[in-house]
Order: sequence, then C-alpha cells, then structure tokens
Amino acid sequence: MTEPIIRLVNVSKDYNGTEALKDINLYIKRNEFLTLLGPSGCGKTTTLRIIGGFEKPDTGDVFFDGKSITNLPPYKRRVNTVFQRYALFPHMNVAENIAFGLKIKKLDKKTINKKVTEALELVNLKGFEKRDVESLSGGEQQRVAIARALVNEPEVLLLDEPLGALDLKLRKGMQVELKRIQKAVGITFVYVTHDQEEALSMSDTVAVMKDGKIQQVGTPETIYNEPKNAFVADFIGESNIVSGRMIKDYLAYFAGREFECVDAGFGENEEVDIVIRPEDIKLVSEGEGMLIGEVKSVTFKGVHYEMIIQSSGISWMVHSTLMQTVNSRVGLCILPNDIHIMKKVIEP
Amino acid sequence: MKKNWFVYPYIVWMIIFIVAPLLLLLFYSFTTTTDEGIKFTLEHLRRLWDPIYFSVFLRSINLALISTAICLLIGYPVAVILASKEYSSNKIMTLLFVIPMWMNFLLRTYAWMTLLEKNSPINVILNLLHLPPLQILYTDKAVVLGMVYNFLPFMVLPIYSVLMKMDKSIIEAAEDLGGNYFVVLRKIIIPLSVPGIMSGITMVFMPAVTTFIISRLLGGGHYMLIGNLIEQQFLVAGDWNFGSAISFALMIIILISMSIMHKYDKEYEGGAIW
Repeated sequence: MTEPIIRLVNVSKDYNGTEALKDINLYIKRNEFLTLLGPSGCGKTTTLRIIGGFEKPDTGDVFFDGKSITNLPPYKRRVNTVFQRYALFPHMNVAENIAFGLKIKKLDKKTINKKVTEALELVNLKGFEKRDVESLSGGEQQRVAIARALVNEPEVLLLDEPLGALDLKLRKGMQVELKRIQKAVGITFVYVTHDQEEALSMSDTVAVMKDGKIQQVGTPETIYNEPKNAFVADFIGESNIVSGRMIKDYLAYFAGREFECVDAGFGENEEVDIVIRPEDIKLVSEGEGMLIGEVKSVTFKGVHYEMIIQSSGISWMVHSTLMQTVNSRVGLCILPNDIHIMKKVIEP
Repeated sequence: MKKNWFVYPYIVWMIIFIVAPLLLLLFYSFTTTTDEGIKFTLEHLRRLWDPIYFSVFLRSINLALISTAICLLIGYPVAVILASKEYSSNKIMTLLFVIPMWMNFLLRTYAWMTLLEKNSPINVILNLLHLPPLQILYTDKAVVLGMVYNFLPFMVLPIYSVLMKMDKSIIEAAEDLGGNYFVVLRKIIIPLSVPGIMSGITMVFMPAVTTFIISRLLGGGHYMLIGNLIEQQFLVAGDWNFGSAISFALMIIILISMSIMHKYDKEYEGGAIW
C-alpha cells in the first residue's frame, strides 16, 4: 500500500515556447482524493491531461502502479476522465453514452444493462436511460459524464474542473455528491479546480500549483494553517501579507513594532513575509491593542463583517462578528500562534 | 411593424431574375404554339418518357451518383487529414487544396483534354515504361474523372468545416473510454460529421447531374447528358417548349433528392450548409 498509484517524475511540458510545467514531481496515493489547485494557466489541467494520456510530457516519466505509462495512448490506460464541458456524445442517449466503454470491452448485453443501471443509481439518475443527453440540465449532464467514466471501473478517476459550469447552489450539492461517490466506489480521484473552497472541503490532499510548479502538497488543514509561502497563503483563503524581518528566533518585527511568534530558523534580521489570516486579528478597545487603527470600511458578509483597518500605513483586513463604526479607532491584537513567517519569494 | 424600405430592391431583383424565369419555364413546359394560338399541353412531359430521352436521364443520374460516391470516398479521408491536429494549424495544406478552385473551371477541364489525349504527356511516359496507353478520352470514365476532379473540393470543404467545429474533447472522451482510432472514427467522428457529408453529397451531386461542359469536352461531341440535351433543345433544335420541360423535370428530381436528404439530415444535428 505504500507504493503510490501514480507518480510523476521530473515532468516538464512546453507549449510553443511557454513552459506549462517545470519539472513536476507528484505522488498520488491509492484511494485518496487529490486536488490540483491553482489559478488559470498554472499547469493543473496540463498535469491532468498528462496523466490521462492526452499530452505527452517533453521530459520526465509517468508511472502507474510502478510501471511507466508515459508512452501509452489514452485508451490503454486504466484511468478515466470527466471533462470540463462533460463531452457527452450528442448522437447517443444516456444509456448509450454510459455503455460506450463497456461495448468496446465487448461485454454481453445483459451485463452492460446491469452495469448501466447501477451506474445511474450511483449518480442518482435512476430511469434516465432513454433520455437524450442534450435535453438534460448541466448538473444532470455532469452526473452522466461521471457515470460514463466510473462504469468502466477505472483505478483512477480524473476530473477536470467538473463543476466549473454549474451555478453556486448546484456546485455545493455536487461537491457533497462527488465526495459520497468517491467513498462509495473507493478509488483514487484526481481533481482539478481553481476554487480553493472546493479544494479544501473535498480533498484528502491538496497540491497548490503556480506557474507550472507545485508550491505545496499537504492536507487541507496543513495548507490552510501552515502555508509554505505567501502565494499559497494568499491563494488559500484571504490573508494579510506584510513585509517584515526576523529580529531573532521567536521575535518578528513588522508594522512598526516587535511581535512574539512561534517560528524559528531564520537568519538574524532576515527580510520575511508575515502572513496573518483576517479572522486571526482580534479587535479590542483602543487602549488594549498591540496596534491602533482606524476603521476605513465595513462590509457585511453574512456570518461576519469584513473590515479594512488602517494602522501605521498598513491596511489590515479583519473578519469579526463585532461590528465597528467607520472612522472609529480600535485596537488590534495578534497572538503569537497566528503569525506565520515565510521566506520572501524571489520573483524571477 | 415598421416597413423596411431596403427590402424592395431585393424583392424586385428576385422577381426579375428568379420568379419571372421560373414562371416562363413553367409556361413553356405546358404550352405549345399552333396556328390557332397558344394551347395547354402535357405532350412535352410525355416525350420525356421516350426511351431515347429517358436513357439520357438515367445515364446522367448514374454518372452523377458514381462521381458523388468517388468524391465521398476520396474526400472524406482528405477532410479528416486536413482537420487533424497535425494539419489544422497548418493552413498551407488546405490552401493547396483550394487553389485549383481559383482557376476557371473551363480551363481546368480543357487541361484534362490535353492530359488524356492520344499523345498526351501521360501516354508518352506510359509508352516509355512499355505500358499500354491510357485511352479514356470521350468515354464515361473521362466524364467521371472530370466531375470528380472539378467537384471534389465541394465534398471536402463542408466535411472539413464540420470536423473543425467538432468538440475535440468528445473525441478525447471516446479515446479515454477505451476506443482506439478506428472505433473513435466509426462510432464518433463519422456519425457526427453526417451533416457535412450530406452537404457535400448535395453540392457534388447537383452540379454533376446538370453539367454539360464536362460531358461535352471530355465525352465528345455526341455525348448526351441531361445538361447537353437541354442545351441542344434551346440552342440547336430551337424547341424551347421541350427544353423547358426537361429543365422542369430536372428541377423536380433535384428538389425530391434534396428533400430526401434534408429529412435524413434532420435526424442528426443541424449545421448543414443550406
């Protein structure tokens, strides 16, 4: 069980002179839900297409179960894909779409019918066999696409932003649904999305990508609580990122004063990025604050208020359930545990 | 509703150049001029069933069907190749295919006459290789060759355009589900390109069944297809009534074949040219 089901080793890919992937290494464990997360153009879809066999890497190797599949065409791989725009066959009905892969495997009619019925049950589309795919809603088409891929019992299911075209409410429902399906069939899901919330709520492992490189791989908790660099911190949830320096271990300097923190191992007076989540800044009365600031704006966000508080030249984004009035002065309090110190990313 | 005055010039144009000639055609088809004046008659249409004329119809339709089939057999693979990943970004191949169409149709057909002659360059080469000479000028084969050569682009282009518009991820999905190239071609690409095939067939069949230039040049002076027959009635025999009747019958044949194709085409997705 320790052998990862898919291994990408030193994979690079170049499209007409632009590097889509730069020397990627990635391990995908058996039966996990792994999400490739990143802004558009970060190489996440390219990575998925390389696993699916639709693109060949320029350098590097893809291993499946320990064997190289780098040069294997898509139809010989034990993975199936759910495409971004579903890619259902418009000239076939729902049952024919789902049976496509089974017919190629030359299973007998009875088995095919049974499997198609089971697959439709799995995605909650019982009785949709004879429907025309173009008459289905986006969510239903999505389920058919998932059923069509899963019915072939792949060892890995690749999903390329499958919920991207759905509206918010449907998307939330499908997130729960996908997680349920993954548990039910118990196979590896590799999921591509640019939606960090989706990634955090569904995945066992998240790989954050940017500019063709993997920035950080870890559980959603690790990625959120211990982002490796300012990019990850900023991309995963909202963050205040300010420049500062480490005076010594466990003591940082930013926003015009010293702060106790829990990070060590930086050079003395090393320039660093300080990352603080907006919900980790506590609002206190003016006298008790570590920093004093003036409330510039207040926006109601449902559960909390989002406030911009100006203090010694820095605009802090603060999430709090306590509403403040605009232009009032408040104190800000940040606990050592909530201060994340990161090495400065040197942009090339 | 506000009247749109810009429409009127087009309506006038259509009346003068489309509706009026059609009415004239109908008028000539069903009338005859005698000493007592103009009379209604079905005689011209009946004459079409004379074996001598009927066989011309059959031969025209037969040759047009053969040419259309050959165009489809050659044209479909060409369209697939032109639309494939390797060539779709390279417009030169498509351009090379279209360039002959920029040259006059008559010139190209005359060129074939020279190529198929007794002492043509082709036969000189065959002679040097001690092979029997190619003697097809003034036969059905030469006429079919001329039709295929001239009308092939009309088969390739509609199929090519349907293939280019096809969602590539559908093809990838079929590969992903285990289909090798031939399965994908048979089960996905060909069924989804039916509208293009239908347009191609129509666009080749219609000019092929009505041509009189190709048959005159490559079939020889006495070669008769419907087109030649119509031309002869108007220009040589001076029998406008019978000439109109043949044209009328030909129009009916084309309309029937188009509606059959259109009905068949509707079962698939739209996207045809007409």
